[in-house]
Amino acid sequence: MNINELREHLCSEYPDLCPLFSVEFGDGVLVVEAKRLHDAASDLRDLGFDRLGMVTAVDTGDEFELVYRLQSREMHAGIFVKARVPRDTASIASVTDLWPAANWQEREVYDLFGITFEGHPDLRRILLTDDWVGHPLRKDYEDDRIIRRPDYI
Amino acid sequence: MAFVDDLGAALDKTPGGGIILTSLDAVMDWSRGKSLWMMPMGTACCAMELIAASFSRFDFDRHGSIPRPDPRHCDVMVVAGTITRKMAPAVQRLYDQMPDPKWVIAMGNCAVSGGIFYYDTYSVVRGVDEFLPVDVYLAGCPPRPESLQDAILRLREQVSTDSIAPGKSRKLTSPLPAPGSARRGEPPVGGGDAG
Amino acid sequence: MTEQTIVNIGPSHPSTHGVCRVVVTLDGEIVTHAEPIIGHLHRGIEKMAENRTYLQVVPLTDRLDYVGSMYANWAYCRAVERLAGIRVPERAEYIRVIVCELQRIASHMMGIGSTGADTGAFTAFMYAFAQRDHVVELFEALCGARLTYNYVRPGGVSMDLPEGWVEQCRAFTAQHPSAMLELDRLLFGNVIARARLKGVGVLSADDAVAWGASGPTARGSGVDWDLRRDDPYSVYPRFDFQVPLGENGDSYDRARIRLWECVESCKIIDQALDQLEPGLVKAEGLPRLLAPRPGDAYDHIESARGSLGVYLVSDGTPRPYRMKVRSPAFCNLALLPLLAEGHTLSDLVVILGSLDPVFGEVDR
Repeated sequence: MNINELREHLCSEYPDLCPLFSVEFGDGVLVVEAKRLHDAASDLRDLGFDRLGMVTAVDTGDEFELVYRLQSREMHAGIFVKARVPRDTASIASVTDLWPAANWQEREVYDLFGITFEGHPDLRRILLTDDWVGHPLRKDYEDDRIIRRPDYI
Repeated sequence: MAFVDDLGAALDKTPGGGIILTSLDAVMDWSRGKSLWMMPMGTACCAMELIAASFSRFDFDRHGSIPRPDPRHCDVMVVAGTITRKMAPAVQRLYDQMPDPKWVIAMGNCAVSGGIFYYDTYSVVRGVDEFLPVDVYLAGCPPRPESLQDAILRLREQVSTDSIAPGKSRKLTSPLPAPGSARRGEPPVGGGDAG
Repeated sequence: MTEQTIVNIGPSHPSTHGVCRVVVTLDGEIVTHAEPIIGHLHRGIEKMAENRTYLQVVPLTDRLDYVGSMYANWAYCRAVERLAGIRVPERAEYIRVIVCELQRIASHMMGIGSTGADTGAFTAFMYAFAQRDHVVELFEALCGARLTYNYVRPGGVSMDLPEGWVEQCRAFTAQHPSAMLELDRLLFGNVIARARLKGVGVLSADDAVAWGASGPTARGSGVDWDLRRDDPYSVYPRFDFQVPLGENGDSYDRARIRLWECVESCKIIDQALDQLEPGLVKAEGLPRLLAPRPGDAYDHIESARGSLGVYLVSDGTPRPYRMKVRSPAFCNLALLPLLAEGHTLSDLVVILGSLDPVFGEVDR
């Protein structure tokens, strides 16, 4: 299966999502609703995406965009799965049951963005101290210990 | 060391003891300066240069500076690398475990002032002197092993002016605020980081 | 079962290879659970990048993986080049390959050497470090820095190879493979080192894939995956090289693979030096201030530790909106609890060393 066959397969499987599937730089991008993320991830794993490369998030202002990168050794292809969660109830299903690799990566996203992962076995802060207040990679993070860099440009 | 400290205090008060004290100081400073054992507090990039410095090419052992991982064996702590807020309590604790007299070398810009991590970051302590008394500041990102050798030699000069008499000796430990609570002033105009 | 003891190792411990803290639960001398506590070197590089221009982020990437700075430089620059649509001149691509393969040697020398130190073979560390010093000298001649190079820039490299550098590099690659054979006999032929490494921390191929392990950690378990060959980037398809694979997935295989990778790297460097043509080393017509189109880009390269990826989001301004570094050492280190269980405390040190983590990259 190559990336085009994958696209056809996903289009038949997710008819409402098909317009949102694009192939950029040889990597597929699949945008799903947050509540369908786990199903989509599970399907993709069964299709041969056996490696979870990274889990990260982007603070887009009013919501968070979660970005998962999956990789298939068989297809020599990668795919991005993106899902958006609202800022005030930032929560999404964990994929640790599919890839144990998600364990630490989701903890990192929880630590730095404050997004909770339902079903995660051990959701604690990983990089910062346990008593840290706030989630630093949020765009509205305030900390009086930060000295802003003077603007030269 | 307690015996030596008491001896210094006793000699200082004895009439004519000053001459003996001066000679004793000379012996003590000579022996201390020639075997400054290092506590390699390597956290980041500078730790690589610290390792390189003690290996065959630069060979630190010839200065009598042997890296010892146990703080209880060490005279000088070389803080090589960025100290974060999470790490600072551990550094403080290791420093407290070192026996007096003890010295600190801040190796690299991160340990001196935060360096490249001065601005915009939420987790870095801007210089190890926020919670430790630093004796030698060593700039560079990272400094070359030769500069670390120079720092050791400078420290040896500094050690050679010390006295074992309590009143004449420099203050070995100073009361400093807890890690993280200290605040530096506003950044210098023009900034100091690379970029 | 006897009473459980909890032992804390680190964050400053000579055998944790940086500032890692491991909380170990012991039953006698057997590890029942080992939990790495990371983040002691979390410097917030991803947050800092949001307030710097694209070019100003390059020095920050140096400090991620400080044993292999060139990789983070390159991965970041590839992501920027994707985002901004920059074409890199061919000579620059060759130079990038050469310096990154040299960097692989330097990094692996550190990894193998510390494996030696962990198993009590300190002489091997000295031998390996002597080889690393040659590479560091080459880099110093190239860009003036021994560790933090800031050499690979968006659009090319910062400057051309200095005069006489190619000969110096050839002299290094000529002597390096024989030095590796010597190191192989010295460390991996040693009875004590073999006894300490063989069968310790066995990682199955399935676990390696499921846990997202990459690089020598995964290849030691026989996972045949190398981005240089399987997702080729830059000019790698033009070179002929082998990807060494392990069979048992133990610490011995993980460490020894690094040694053979160095020999393969020498082959790649020699071929690249042969094919090197004169030309530009930096794309022409680059604006002084890059402001790529809004959107995102991801690129990954095979670093000494595995697949190192950089994910960049741009909002059209001269500063990245978000930078994420997919760090291989972070994913590899997550395996430690799995590997250490059932081994003795002294083997835990060997296992941690065989994963070769660099905490600048783990914590970022």
